[in-house]
Amino acid sequence: MLRKQSLAWLSIAVFLSLWHGFALYLESRNLPGPLMVLQVFWEQCRSGELPYHLGVTLLRLIVSFAIAMFIGCAIGIVLGRNRQVNAFFDNWLVIFLNIPALVTMILCYVWFGLTEVAAIVAVVINKIPNVVVTVREGARALNRDLLEMARCYRFGKAKTLQHVVLPQLFPYFIGATRSGLALIWKIILVVELLGRSNGMGYQLHLFFQLFDVASILAYTFAFVAVMQITEWLVLKPLDNRAQRWRR
Amino acid sequence: MIRIKVKSKLYPATEDALPRRVINDFRLALKDNEFVCLVGPSGCGKTTLLNLVAGLDDDFDGEIRFDEREENHKIGYVFQNPRLLPWRTVRENIELALNEPAPSGAIDNLLEVMQLADFQHVYPERLSLGMSRRVAIIRAFAINPDLLLMDEPFVSLDSATAQQVRDLLIGLWQQRPHTVLFVTHDLREAIALADRIVFLTSAPMQTLNEVVVPFSRNERQNQQLIEQFRHDLLQTDGKPVT
Ligand SMILES: Nc1ncnc2c1ncn2[C@@H]1O[C@H](COP(=O)(O)OP(=O)(O)OP(=O)(O)O)[C@@H](O)[C@H]1O
Ligand SMILES: [Mg+2]
Repeated sequence: MLRKQSLAWLSIAVFLSLWHGFALYLESRNLPGPLMVLQVFWEQCRSGELPYHLGVTLLRLIVSFAIAMFIGCAIGIVLGRNRQVNAFFDNWLVIFLNIPALVTMILCYVWFGLTEVAAIVAVVINKIPNVVVTVREGARALNRDLLEMARCYRFGKAKTLQHVVLPQLFPYFIGATRSGLALIWKIILVVELLGRSNGMGYQLHLFFQLFDVASILAYTFAFVAVMQITEWLVLKPLDNRAQRWRR
Repeated sequence: MIRIKVKSKLYPATEDALPRRVINDFRLALKDNEFVCLVGPSGCGKTTLLNLVAGLDDDFDGEIRFDEREENHKIGYVFQNPRLLPWRTVRENIELALNEPAPSGAIDNLLEVMQLADFQHVYPERLSLGMSRRVAIIRAFAINPDLLLMDEPFVSLDSATAQQVRDLLIGLWQQRPHTVLFVTHDLREAIALADRIVFLTSAPMQTLNEVVVPFSRNERQNQQLIEQFRHDLLQTDGKPVT
């Protein structure tokens, strides 16, 4: 365990020194070294710009993630449990899964205007099919023995959902959450770039026009850090807690 | 009174199997508070029949009629496998089956008798199979069922424990009479427990014959009596004695 941890840190250290070496060697504005990036990061934090734009993006991310997970899970459970409904919607699911994200974004902005709602809707529509597919897989694999037991002992709908169905779906929720956060993050920046005047996507666009690579990397660093912290502080503990019954 | 009438139960064809008729023209009437044992070869359709009676499977030709307490009869079912929720502790598993709050001591008592008191906060995957079975049995007892279905509940218990659980079952049943339908392969067990034993043919399942066990509950303590009765049953090749 300890070895694994130290190996992980070692790999990061190797990466940073390689980067540092290259930056020194090239001496190019297009590849600032890690120290330079850290310095820009610090300045951007002090001026309050980075926290503001990061906060705006995170807020959008949380809202659209919550909506997409809720709707996606509900649809996924229904499709997984009901063959006819599934047969009816199956093709549509594949179609929505394959519509390019850019298309939904543009259409949303065209139809709803360059508004916050349009941005959120675009992200949600892109995310829902993924959640549906994952959760549907889980709902299909529900243990029949346990469902029969619940029926025989008259658990009723709510109790069956809480004690029999959801615990079985939990690993699928966590899976959908992990892949979902990564996916939404990538989509949301494009949404911001296309039609919002704040958020990290908007900022990155500005830096791109100025060829300010250091700032771009500083923003990337900030976001990666936030995602890692979420993994450590929220997802991992949640996962461990929900799996503690396993041998 | 529970009237079981199954004209036929088919398992539908699958890609690699033809449809199978598992039960053919089976009738059985359970009197109120009667203890009936089903004895039959493996694969003859006993579990299938219990599932029909429990209402878990309504895809059959026939009917299961409950008189009187029809509206709200509680069924306790000890399945052939334990079917505990792995993500709930032993105690939670039992409590979840109760749909009304039970007297607080009742579950403790059952846990105590089943030697599981120390394990009530353990998750089922950390129990042995025999222990899991005992939890499943407690769950079925705890709801105070009007009809108790038991599908070979004592396999994988050692004979001493099995005897203890049998005594507990009879004790509870005498305290609060209810109808019991009990599947077993063990003829001694059937004689020790049942008011009536129903012998079944192999699939498609039909009644081979029925034997009323003529002993009082006290007489059944006598191993020799049971042994003799069993001997007679085997001699007459399952034909009615008396
Ligand atoms: N879901 C199913 N689909 C198709 N066939 C089934 C199904 N369940 C059981 N069967 C068949 O029905 C027959 C009776 O099965 P059942 O489980 O009722 O037997 P059983 O009498 O309980 O046997 P055992 O004493 O071994 O538990 C078997 O031949 C089995 O192959
Ligand atoms: Mg069986």
